[in-house]
Amino acid sequence: MSDSPSLPASLRRTGRDSTAGLMTRSAIIAALLALVLLASIALSLTLGSFPTSFADVTKALVAPQNSDIAFIVWELRLPRILLAVLVGAALAIAGAILQGIVRNPLASPDVIGITSGAAMAAVVFLALFTASLSIHWLPAAALLGALLSALLVFLLAWRHGITPTRMVLVGIGLSAAMSAVTTLVIVISDDSSAMVAYVWLTGSLYAAQWQDVLGILPWLLVAVPLCLTQARQMDAMALGDQVAQGLGVNVLRSRLLLMACSVALAGAAVAFAGGLSFVGLIAPHIAARLVGRSFTRLAPIAGLVGALIVLYADLLGRVAFLPKDLPAGIFVSGVGAPFFVYLLHRTRYHRH
Amino acid sequence: MLTSRFSRSAGLLLGLAVVAAAFAASLMLGSTDIAPSTFLGALLHYDPSQVAHIIILRERLPRAVIAALVGASLAIAGALMQTMTRNPLASPSLLGINAGAMFFVVVAISLLPLHTPGQYIWAALLGALVAAGLVVALSRGRQGELSPLRVVLAGVAITAMFVSFSQGLLIIDQQSFESVLYWLAGSVSGRELSLVVPLLPFFAIALVLCALLVRHANALMLGDDMVKGLGMRAGTIKLLLGLAVILLAGSSVALAGMIGFVGLIVPHMARGLFGVDHRWLLPASALLGASLLLLADVASRFLMAPQDVPVGVMTALIGTPFFIYLARRKQA
Repeated sequence: MSDSPSLPASLRRTGRDSTAGLMTRSAIIAALLALVLLASIALSLTLGSFPTSFADVTKALVAPQNSDIAFIVWELRLPRILLAVLVGAALAIAGAILQGIVRNPLASPDVIGITSGAAMAAVVFLALFTASLSIHWLPAAALLGALLSALLVFLLAWRHGITPTRMVLVGIGLSAAMSAVTTLVIVISDDSSAMVAYVWLTGSLYAAQWQDVLGILPWLLVAVPLCLTQARQMDAMALGDQVAQGLGVNVLRSRLLLMACSVALAGAAVAFAGGLSFVGLIAPHIAARLVGRSFTRLAPIAGLVGALIVLYADLLGRVAFLPKDLPAGIFVSGVGAPFFVYLLHRTRYHRH
Repeated sequence: MLTSRFSRSAGLLLGLAVVAAAFAASLMLGSTDIAPSTFLGALLHYDPSQVAHIIILRERLPRAVIAALVGASLAIAGALMQTMTRNPLASPSLLGINAGAMFFVVVAISLLPLHTPGQYIWAALLGALVAAGLVVALSRGRQGELSPLRVVLAGVAITAMFVSFSQGLLIIDQQSFESVLYWLAGSVSGRELSLVVPLLPFFAIALVLCALLVRHANALMLGDDMVKGLGMRAGTIKLLLGLAVILLAGSSVALAGMIGFVGLIVPHMARGLFGVDHRWLLPASALLGASLLLLADVASRFLMAPQDVPVGVMTALIGTPFFIYLARRKQA
């Protein structure tokens, strides 16, 4: 099996790219995207309800003094921008992993119940526990909900092993039940806390703080390297379980590990920014069009694209409708959903 | 399973009796229990000075009528969709048709001066049509076949799209909060009987279509080639049945918002009892769907009394275990 000439060269060479040219191309694209991201961060730092020039921002960044501008840049804008970048990257990579596992470009962290589990936990927390606990516990509650629901999906889908299709279907079913509970809690709670819950469900980076940035960072630092160690197995599984097994991949182990990474990334992102749908769907698509579906190349590009999407969605929400500060989720789904439909239409013949 | 013509007829009659019983329960049970005699009194000589009479005619009766109508319609729509896509998981809620209709209704209510179901039914139908078209277009494979997992995933993505559009609209325009919540959660309460009447023709057209095409639906189940024997092209049949689905699901959403799982579960129950022949399957689905939604609505009054739980929440909670059972069973 392993000397079969029909296998793609990429698999024989431990997940590396078949040609040096492809690798260079994706490195160039990654570098360009990183530059664009840095420029966007700089642009985003200068824009807001309080006008600040680029020079002011640079001065505040390099030599922070006890001024209004330093406060705005350091305490209001920078944490929010960094959180947007991290959340976007986490969701995009989680989506890339999941689409790889399910072997279907329509899958996203939403469909295995992560988002709805986090949403249910967050809404229950907002309705029942805000009187006794500080709002700072909200991300912890949401994260717990995401992890528990993913675990539940996994257990319910288990039947002599796990197949991606069954996992997705069980996830969809469980999501429906959890969304029903979420709706129920919103209906029975009073209007003001229902509105808070709704903004959260849509996905917002409003009032992000440094502790949020530090809260999500460890999840990325652990999960991203971990999933990259499974890149070769992921590419092999893309050809089907039997081929992967023939290539010596422990399919079940790799799948569990990759699932865990995806859940951790999406769960952490949802916990800190709410239900930003569609980033996990679109970003891997765009990345795949740029560099193909080989995971080592796909994951970093998807992360950068996701970061850019959430960054610009949040920037739009912050500055386009002043004095209103609209949730980033509105723009992510408002632009992202139709774009997703278009992408899907374009790529529908390529896979499955 | 009931096999003989006689036992199936008896089964349908029994189903009718269950609907009648559930209908009566829906009229009588609730925060104020109403005796059968009071109910007859309200129907025969209505007295607007009696509170019980007002409750029956203005609140309970419309609620029961809508629950029965919507339950039956969603169940028939689900049965037709499962036949057309040959996918046991197809249903108006899962494939995004309900969400599409809901979003268009919400837009119509917040942006246009439309207030009654008779006025925004067209928005609901358009939304159902758009969503159905999107799902079919997105899930078609190279040869035009509908891959089962892809249909479901496309449906989920389309649902997510319309739901998040509605949430966005809601956050931008907070005035519409209450009404959007009503559509999102799905509810059969708070409607007058006079609002239901303009929608009846839509339900009627759909039912006539189903009745005319019942043999074609049977043939469709066996394969597209079988339909040709009946002198019609498979594409034409699918279009007409699709029209029936859109009329049924769109009108249901215009009346009661997003109510999930009725269209998914009921056809399976009906098929288990009456078999796959649409001449029995469709009436059985209608009766079972009506009873299910009537009973879910009655239960929703007691789950968290005195607060009403939206009936869409009830059906989702009842339906999920069944859905997961189906998903686990599908490929062993």
